Amino acid sequence: MRRAVVVIAFFVLLLGIWEALVRMRYWSPVLVPSPLSVASYIKAGLLSGDLERASFVTMRRLIIGYVLGLVFGLPLGLLTARFKFCEDTLGVIALGLQTLPSVCWVPLALLWFGQTEAAMLFVVVMGTLWSVVIATDNGVRTVPPIYARAARTMGSKQLHTWIKVIVPASLPFIVSGMKQGWAFAWRSLMAAEIYVTILSGFGLGSLLNYGRELQAMDQVIGIMLIIIVIGLLADKILFSPWERFLYRRWGTAKN
Amino acid sequence: MTAIREELRNAPPEKLVVEGVSKWFRTRRAVVHALDNVSLTIHEGEFVCLVGPSGCGKSTLLNIIAGLEIPDRGQVLADGKPVTGPGRERMMMFQESALFPWLDVIDNVMFGLKLKPNLKRKERREVAKYYLHLVGLEKFMAANIHELSGGMKQRVALARALAPNPRVLLMDEPFAALDALTREQLYGDIQRIWQERKKTIMFVTHNVREAACLGNRVVLFSPHPGRIQEKFEIDLPRPRDINSVDLAKYSTEIRDALMRHMNSDLAEVAG
Repeated sequence: MRRAVVVIAFFVLLLGIWEALVRMRYWSPVLVPSPLSVASYIKAGLLSGDLERASFVTMRRLIIGYVLGLVFGLPLGLLTARFKFCEDTLGVIALGLQTLPSVCWVPLALLWFGQTEAAMLFVVVMGTLWSVVIATDNGVRTVPPIYARAARTMGSKQLHTWIKVIVPASLPFIVSGMKQGWAFAWRSLMAAEIYVTILSGFGLGSLLNYGRELQAMDQVIGIMLIIIVIGLLADKILFSPWERFLYRRWGTAKN
Repeated sequence: MTAIREELRNAPPEKLVVEGVSKWFRTRRAVVHALDNVSLTIHEGEFVCLVGPSGCGKSTLLNIIAGLEIPDRGQVLADGKPVTGPGRERMMMFQESALFPWLDVIDNVMFGLKLKPNLKRKERREVAKYYLHLVGLEKFMAANIHELSGGMKQRVALARALAPNPRVLLMDEPFAALDALTREQLYGDIQRIWQERKKTIMFVTHNVREAACLGNRVVLFSPHPGRIQEKFEIDLPRPRDINSVDLAKYSTEIRDALMRHMNSDLAEVAG
């Protein structure tokens, strides 16, 4: 309770100083809009439905791309951990491509797919996929072999052992890989949306870029705030339940 | 409910025959001769302890009996049939509990039961509860593994090993990592459970006193390569107390023998 009060007081004070400095004409209002004008932009944007539409477009791209990345990344990671051949081929590719900042996929995606939704999805998938492959692979390799031995003495066979023992045992690694994949996907999507205009839908990144073109600083800061809020919410909604589960079961530290 | 009664009926203990088992491990640097022509008969319902210094191949022998490893020579017969792989007739317990941290206590105990096709979900739960009761941890059914103490973990591991109703229990230094007090409690428990559930038990340890306390027979191993040196019959009534004087006589005898073999081993190396 006391902590909450401190947090609220801190942010109120921050906003107060900001507003005061703007009122004192310390900065040019073109470069630094007042918090009230940012709030009124967000309010207008929400009322007109523009912000919701843009957020929806962005979230749809992100979620579809992210899910595709997981759907392919998890099994590929299991394959590279299980088979030497996959490790030497796919594993090497994954390791290499993971070091590539995912925004570097944007030019290639545009040439391959044109200015389409597919290009956006491709960028998100590439951002997610490799870190999920590597995290899964890592997770499986760190599973204590004794788990599989214990399962085998209880009559568990190949596939059953993988699904019921190896995969759950590597969950802490897989979840942190999913989290990293999410962060990469989110960053690369924002970069791509700022970078290219896709006519099938204007995401938050496009709105942010228009803000710059219109020199509407209240819009720029407003959109940035919304992007932060979505990032925080995603973390809470997507990962907090997993992390709580891991914390409860494994006793791993909460971060 | 009859399915549960059927499930909880003691499975008849198995007779194990180890016939001329030899095993080599090839590492990059050297070939290690782990077991050399080991033969041993363990009768139905017998409690046999294997003792010896570390590296004498006793754990390897246990793994071979479990079917987790394949001998290079010889074979293991369980009730006359060769062991070709792991199976729930022979359940294994390790020094680490090897409990699964992503499952709670009762789900851990049910893991092996889920692989038995003839039981319904509810019946599996009842069976699991029975075994948790047997090891005195019924109250901790819904606890997470990381919340348990070392001794409790080994009790759950014991319940998990007992749950599929195996005919043989193979225990690889299961109490080695526990404190002395917890260990003494578990000596009592394992003897009681052995008498109640009538399993054939093979118990590996390097603690001579522990071996004398638990086994009907103690089999002494010597290393490089692993061989059986001597066998001791422990003719004491149960339940046995690890601190009793009668037991000390046996353990002294076994320890002297162990020292003798280790010294002759050293002399061989030196000579």
